[in-house]
Amino acid sequence: MRYEIGRRRLRRAARALVAAVLLCGAGFAPSALAKRGAVEVVVEDPYLELHTGPGRGYPIFYVAERGETVEVLKRRTDWFRIRIPRGQEGWVPLEQMRRTLGLDGEPFDVPTFDVADLAERRWETGVLYGDFGGANVISVYGAFGMTPNLSIELWLSQALGRFSDSKIASLDIVHTMFPDRRFSPYIALGAGVVETDPKATLVAATDRSDNAAHAGAGLRAYLARRFVFRAEYKTYVVFTSRDDNEEIREWKAGFSFFF
Amino acid sequence: MESRLLVLLLTVPLALGLAGCGRHRVAAVDADEPPVIEPRVERREVDVADIDTENFELGVFAGQISVEDFGVNTVGGVRFAYHVTEGFFVEAAAGRADTEPTSFERLSGAAQLLTDSEREYTYYNVSLGYNILPGETFIGRNRAMNMALYVIGGVGSTKFAGDDRFTLNFGMGMRLLPLDWLAVHADVRDHIMDLDVLGSQKTVHNLEAHVGVTFFF
Repeated sequence: MRYEIGRRRLRRAARALVAAVLLCGAGFAPSALAKRGAVEVVVEDPYLELHTGPGRGYPIFYVAERGETVEVLKRRTDWFRIRIPRGQEGWVPLEQMRRTLGLDGEPFDVPTFDVADLAERRWETGVLYGDFGGANVISVYGAFGMTPNLSIELWLSQALGRFSDSKIASLDIVHTMFPDRRFSPYIALGAGVVETDPKATLVAATDRSDNAAHAGAGLRAYLARRFVFRAEYKTYVVFTSRDDNEEIREWKAGFSFFF
Repeated sequence: MESRLLVLLLTVPLALGLAGCGRHRVAAVDADEPPVIEPRVERREVDVADIDTENFELGVFAGQISVEDFGVNTVGGVRFAYHVTEGFFVEAAAGRADTEPTSFERLSGAAQLLTDSEREYTYYNVSLGYNILPGETFIGRNRAMNMALYVIGGVGSTKFAGDDRFTLNFGMGMRLLPLDWLAVHADVRDHIMDLDVLGSQKTVHNLEAHVGVTFFF
């Protein structure tokens, strides 16, 4: 009897474990989780073409007819996965969704982004690559837009040189001159910390951490949708513990996106 | 006489036609009466924001990396991607491998070039990828899966032999989608960096081949 209870307990534990694993799996794939209220739309054009995949070239394998209500399941880039009443599922490009679908006469309108949205953005993040006093530098940043013109940016950079590596963390205040134009120059002022780690092959060199201040200017170009290209020049003054401060020039360019 | 007859013949159908139009118009006026079937229209707003977007991809990979002079080693890591368009995507990846001693260290017996922690090879990179050959592949008679071949390249940093080293990477991969939200990857990547552990500075190519699984969300 005790053996039986033990086995039952074991089975229950195993079941709980399987459930936990499945839940974890579901967490990884939120598509498997409860759908956030299915979106339904009506085909208005003579037909709606279903592609086998979300991209150019995938063949059309089925069509939905005028008047049919189709369910929009998900979106990947500019493609929508839809399910028609007969059960088939396929991918439809955004242009066709716009042209052919509506519900209660309302067009299926997907908001597009333009420069005005960039000016109104709240958050922005990006990756830039360039040269930091002769070393390769890789930077990531996150920005918070306080007004269309002013934003605060937090930068984390790693500069990888021949003789030393540096990690730089800084906080900038950035002024964008023409936030509502496609191209806009900007100026930045900031301060931070530079941690320098000389190469292991160098003799008698020690790690050091110094404060730094910098000023810079750059150009921002709105590309499309949520994407922005930016290139900038900054000049750093590193307040070293030696007699002279160190001046470092930095050039970098990269991409960012806003939301 | 003949023309008068023609006029008469043409006038009669025209008059009939007009009368017909008039009757239609009357019918339209009649439609003001309550219809037999009362339509129940449920107004539902189409909220595009409710549509689940799946542009992010997160997953793990494992494979082999050949670290020049330091043997072929098992590598594992994580990758995160954002699909910008159907063609372009950006990817951030990080990986780790424990490297083997060099042949010199093995033959000499006692000489150790690196400490255990320095032997650890870790890297991160940020890359831009492009799906060059999207398409379908067939498994058996009844199953078709979407797949894509992509080229990818970027910059990053590798921590090895006590230092961080700037690393370029480029390569190719294949993404197979057995399910809409599940992808299986097979990648080959070349990591290029300057290494000065063995005396002089030289550019090394560390080739990596791995397979991975990612989830779209």
